[in-house]
This record gives sequence, structure tokens and C-alpha cells, in this order.
Amino acid sequence: MRFAACAILSFLAISIDHANTHLASLRAVLEVAVYPLQYIVNAPVQGAAELMDDLRGRQTLLAENQRLHDENQLLSVKTQRYSALESENQRLRKLLDSSSALAQQVVVADVLAIETTPAARQVVLDKGSNQGVFVGQPMLDAYGVIGQVSNVSMYSSTGLLITDPRHALPVLLNRTGLRAIAVGGDLPDELNLSFISINADIKAGDLVVTSGLGGRFPAGYPVGRVTAVSLKPGDAFATIVVEPTAKVGHSREVMLVGPQAHDIGEERISVSE
Amino acid sequence: MTSEKSASPCLNSAAFTRMDYPHRIWVIALSLLLAFMLTAMPLPVWALPWRPAWIAMVLVYWCMALPERVGVITAWIIGLLLDVMHGSILGQHAFGLAFVAYVVLQYHQRLRVFRLVQQALVVGLIVFVYLLCMLWVYNLLGSVSYSFTYLCGAISSAVLWPWVYIVLRDVRRRARVA
Repeated sequence: MRFAACAILSFLAISIDHANTHLASLRAVLEVAVYPLQYIVNAPVQGAAELMDDLRGRQTLLAENQRLHDENQLLSVKTQRYSALESENQRLRKLLDSSSALAQQVVVADVLAIETTPAARQVVLDKGSNQGVFVGQPMLDAYGVIGQVSNVSMYSSTGLLITDPRHALPVLLNRTGLRAIAVGGDLPDELNLSFISINADIKAGDLVVTSGLGGRFPAGYPVGRVTAVSLKPGDAFATIVVEPTAKVGHSREVMLVGPQAHDIGEERISVSE
Repeated sequence: MTSEKSASPCLNSAAFTRMDYPHRIWVIALSLLLAFMLTAMPLPVWALPWRPAWIAMVLVYWCMALPERVGVITAWIIGLLLDVMHGSILGQHAFGLAFVAYVVLQYHQRLRVFRLVQQALVVGLIVFVYLLCMLWVYNLLGSVSYSFTYLCGAISSAVLWPWVYIVLRDVRRRARVA
């Protein structure tokens, strides 16, 4: 009797949840209840990592310090060039009568050491709507795009990785400017470019970056490199495998990039002469 | 509704202890919390399909030992939480765990007198059916398709059942949960 009621309720919930998003608020409430659990699971893993940090010897710390120092030097030299380029870019854009000021805010979130279902490639983050995270927010690490936020509750959120078969990412090839869609592949760390005709100019090693089409991901972030191109004569489309540059599924921290600030209107400058 | 409560109140040892001691339901909650933690624990990739269905196993134990405390409804609510944690369709694991609880409640008295090996086999079978249901729902409704290696969890659950049983039984006796 009770079992029958539960079964009917389950099938109702399954069909509603599969068809539309009416149960999203219920899920958000329950997620707040589950978050302490996830936090507790994460605690020993994090504790072990912190313990390792505490136990590191002086020599390793000195070496790491030296390495970071060198890296910082290198990066600041690059930044000098970058700021010069940026101002030049802005000047040229003004001449061209268009402007794009990319003021972005970034939230840094920790990835909780939580397994979700084995085949779904998603991560649980320790920041939620209270910290300004929203559904669809792009998720990056230091090396490129990782995924996007798929589900938000008050204190935590779930991110869908770009390697999930459900995820499609508008990209372009940096060398040729060819636009494509990168969809998650069968293996945990590969993407496929779908609907590329077999005579397209693609080589192994080509850099794939976000195209910014679709308006969800900012343009120009690295996504991956083409590792294999197979052109079968019978097929309409080429099979192209891309290996992500970001450490998808291995990063402990991700950056959630805020909404792009709207282009600041500077059209008036050149018009009213 | 009818069978669990009225079946045989005299044979039920829990019925006696309930009068003498507080229920100590928090022990049950704690064991389920531990099961949730083990479910969410990260594992190396090769071990992923072999992860035992911890929550189902703990649920089987409590349904068997204290059928008047833990039943179908509890299992359903726990399943809902599991759905949220897994990010699966709401109701999927809820149905699976309610089914597990229902089967165990039907046969709890027979299960109690089984030898450990027999119990392990039955638990393995129940977990197998549970995982099979989950696999069906995943492959029918989700866009991610799972292979049959997902069912390896039933084998590891059966292998680990004697330990789970002994640990939970000792905890129940020590803490006098009723």
C-alpha cells in the first residue's frame, strides 16, 4: 500500500522532472539539505591536503617559492606587453567606431571532492546563489574552459563539464576561424567537433577557442587542441577529437566568470563633429 | 500497510526493548549519514563501477532489524536526497530504494534467520535488481548511456554484506537502538 503510493509518487516525479523544470525549486531546497553532507565528505580530503601542506619541508618550499618567483617575473613581463596591446586595441576600436570594454567579475569556487553519478561528468562547487553564482555561468580554470554551472542552490552549485555528452560548446579554430560545436565525447577527457565537412581545413594540433556565439561563454578562451582527424570517405562529416587544455575533472579550484558588462556606449565620440 | 505491523509482534525482539529504552533513532540517522559519505567518496576510475550500494545495504539492514522504525516512506525520502546528490532525475533512486525497503519488509523475518552467506546472496540479488532499475531509468531518460559494468556494484555489495551486517548489528546492540 505504502509502496504503491511511493511508486506512483516516484513515477510522477520522474515524468515531471524529465519533461519540464517545475521541480527545480524542490530540488534547490533539498540541495541545501544535502550540502552539509557533501561538506562533511569533502572535509577529510581537504584535511589531508592541508596536512600535506603543513608537512612539506623547507627545501621544497624554497624551490617552489623560487619557481613561483620566476613565473611571476615572466607573467608580469607579459602583462606589460598585454597592457600596451590593450590600449592600442582600444584606440583602434575607437577609430573603427565600436567599443568593447570587457569588465568581468570572477568568483573563485572550490570543487568539492564528491562523486556524482559515474558517467555524468559534473562537479559540485562550494559557492551558490548567495555568492552570486547563476545557472549558465561559464566555469574556467587557469588553462581554459571547464564547463558551465547547471544547477544552483543557496550555498552550493553543480557544474556540467564540457566533456559531458550533454554539453555543447560553440567554438572556432584559431588558425582558420572555422566555427564548430564541441560536444563531449565517449571518453572522460575528450571532445568531438560535430558537423565538420570532410574537406574542411583541420590539422592535428590546431588550437580550438570559444567563439562567443550563443552569448554564454566569453569569446577567445582556449578550449583544447585537435588530437586526431579521421576522414572516412563514406561519412558526410569528419570525426575530430579535441583534447581539452583545461584540466577538466582534475582541477580543485575553478573560476566562475561573471556576466559580461554591456558594451559601454562610446558611439558618440566620432559622430558629432 | 497491513503485513509488517501485525505479522508477529511477540517474536519481534525490538518490541520488548522499545519499552525499556529510548528509540535512539539518531544511530540510524548516523549510519545512513555514513553511507551517504561512502557513496560520495571519490574513488579511482577503475573502482567506480565496483562501488557498493552503501545506502541500499544500510537500508536493508535497518528494514530487516527494525521494520517498525524504518520502512518504505523513510527509504523514499532518503532516495530523494540521493537523487539530489547524484543530480539524477528526481524520483529515480527514491523509487529504487522504496522498492528495496518493500522487498525486505516482506521477507524480513525469513532474512533474519538466514545464515550470513545466504543473506549476502539475497542482498546481492536485491541490490542487483535495484541497480538494474536505476540503469534502465538512466538509459531511458538520461542522455548519458551506462554500460552493464554499472551492475558490478551488486557483487561488491554481496561480498561486503557480512561485514556491514556484523558492524551494524553490534552498533545496534551496543547503542540499544529500538
